[in-house]
Amino acid sequence: MTDKLITANHLADGLVVFLTAAGGWSYRLADARVIPDAELDVALAHAKAQHEAQIVVDPYEIEATVDADGVPVPVRLREKIRAAGGPTVAYGEAELAGRAVLLNQAG
Amino acid sequence: MYRYDEFDHEFVTARVAQFRDQVGRRVSGELTEDQFKPLRLMNGVYLQLHAYMLRVAVPYGTMNSRQLRMLAHIARKYDRGYGHFTTRQNIQFNWPKLSEIPDALADLASVEMHAIQTSGNCIRNVTADHFAGAAADEVADPRPYAEILRQWSSLHPEFVFLPRKFKVAVTGAERDRAAIQVHDIGLHLKKDENGRLGFAVYIGGGQGRTPMIAKKIRDFLPEEDLLSYSEAILRVYNLNGRRDNKYKARIKILVHETGADEISRQVEEEWERIRHGALKLPQGEVERIREYFAAPATLKALPPSAALAVERARDPEFDAWVERNTHPHHVAGHVSVTISLKAIGSTPGDATAEQMDAVADIAERLAFDEIRVSHEQNLILPHVAEDDLRAIYDGLAAIGLATANAGLVTDIIACPGLDYCALANARSIPVAQRISQRFGAIERQRDIGDLKIKISGCINACGHHHVGHIGILGVEKKGEEFYQISLGGSGDEDAAIGEIIGRGFSTEEIVDAVETLVDTYIAKRESRDETFLAAYRRLGQGPFKEALYGTP
Ligand code: HEM
Ligand code: SF4
Repeated sequence: MTDKLITANHLADGLVVFLTAAGGWSYRLADARVIPDAELDVALAHAKAQHEAQIVVDPYEIEATVDADGVPVPVRLREKIRAAGGPTVAYGEAELAGRAVLLNQAG
Repeated sequence: MYRYDEFDHEFVTARVAQFRDQVGRRVSGELTEDQFKPLRLMNGVYLQLHAYMLRVAVPYGTMNSRQLRMLAHIARKYDRGYGHFTTRQNIQFNWPKLSEIPDALADLASVEMHAIQTSGNCIRNVTADHFAGAAADEVADPRPYAEILRQWSSLHPEFVFLPRKFKVAVTGAERDRAAIQVHDIGLHLKKDENGRLGFAVYIGGGQGRTPMIAKKIRDFLPEEDLLSYSEAILRVYNLNGRRDNKYKARIKILVHETGADEISRQVEEEWERIRHGALKLPQGEVERIREYFAAPATLKALPPSAALAVERARDPEFDAWVERNTHPHHVAGHVSVTISLKAIGSTPGDATAEQMDAVADIAERLAFDEIRVSHEQNLILPHVAEDDLRAIYDGLAAIGLATANAGLVTDIIACPGLDYCALANARSIPVAQRISQRFGAIERQRDIGDLKIKISGCINACGHHHVGHIGILGVEKKGEEFYQISLGGSGDEDAAIGEIIGRGFSTEEIVDAVETLVDTYIAKRESRDETFLAAYRRLGQGPFKEALYGTP
């Protein structure tokens, strides 16, 4: 069975956030409230109100499973990538550094 | 080079102030997202998968070292130290905070840069051949016309709310390096039998979910009629383009549904009405704007470089780079240089702030202070004396930008895909990186020869997959990434939309599939002079299908 999380982007900085048990928002997936189906509508209404209150942008529900440590894991790849907080590839200086290491190993 | 005038300066500064106010009201809660979205889109700001994204225009892809250094500064101060150069000669920053974007725009305005007309349903910033003003094969520099179109379109009250976005591209050579036949309007600058300048006019090309090659509606439009004719096209589109369905709203659909002959008739009719009016370009005006784009005064013909010949003979890697990454210049003793942003295994089109600064320094010291962005996601130094090639190469090599792969199999175009884009179905960048690594050996790449691989993460086709010799489209199938291959596309003068070869491939299979296609080409080509595209057009899908699926 899958559970639901509610996610959005933070209005001021645009970063991905998750609805927490306290009704606030966190950048950390581990803080996300795992919402049973029966409580989803109420939680979504709260999230929409937070959108209206200009705190987050466009909240929506996603499916997740909960791992052994109790941490939710999004089901769709898109949401996994969002939850990771960045692309699946290295970027900027880290990308250059990573390729330099590979080159040295090869050469 | 073009300097924008006082009017433009005031316009851009006023726009920054206005947007600062709008962002302030958004962050303080006065504006809702629905109210704010059209405003941010008018200023190049998107909300992407992880964060806001700021798209900055590089008009006609042309900038100087000061401007490139400013892009480096923006990357450092407001982003995470890098930027992504796109197929529309723009740069995208992936991590700006909304509250800081007005400051970033103010910094950009100090070097005459902005994000206007980079998004929304307006006439987008006009793109041009990246070798404009330099290429040996060009009839005349296309950028003055791009600029004239920009001035006309920027504030045109009639065209602020078009049915959909509208993209114009201009080339000044027979060899089309601006992909004009996949634009809403494509202009091919040429001379008639009397030596007068004018344009072949194409309309209704585009990519996205319904790719179309443009139809030529006029073989020769005298240059002084550029604006009246463009206005006639836009007017016919604005009146008749579909606003009921966003997927059918581009001019390509109108041309397709109404027929090119009928649209052309309507355009000509409207044009007859307005062609002798206020939009006729006075000769002095074209000349005045042309001066802004004049080649540097110090660019003088030079004898062939003896030093270059010595270095090429001495260093095969340098020789390979000169062969692939330079292009003939119209002034003797000079070339244009392609700076590949496609190092093996890298993210296509990405550059770090340090790399941007270093390229700016090289351009300032050794390349007449000019830099271009190409629609193939590379940077260009348009004016380089052959004598300076070695120093430029060494400077580029020091920052990892001397890959000798321009136009080769690893010079891949890829959109941001599911790593960044909210609309994506699948990732593009990792596929590009893995293909690049697979074909990394330079001897193998050179043996394969010209081959354009283009990858998009969804059907919007920002990665131009429809016009790739090998096009790759990411789709989602049962929750997994899947990749569909099309073959035989081209965005050049021999434009064509690629044909889907068969069922798609999983992430694990896709690189092998590309290699199978390349190996099949190598086995079947008549000689090394027959390119992948030529071989595909001669052979058809059969042998490639058979190699991939075991059945022709
Ligand atoms: C990451 C944010 C982006 C978003 C949300 C986005 C969105 C879109 C959409 C919705 C279309 C389809 C338009 C239509 O068919 O009417 C499109 C087309 C296109 N985009 Fe993007 N895009 C993004 C990034 C890029 C990038 C990075 C490039 C350059 C590499 C690019 C260049 C293009 C081009 C060339 C087309 C197709 C040409 C045409 O309009 O027919 N876009 N984009
Ligand atoms: S092609 Fe699709 S996935 Fe790629 S950038 Fe465009 S909209 Fe995003």
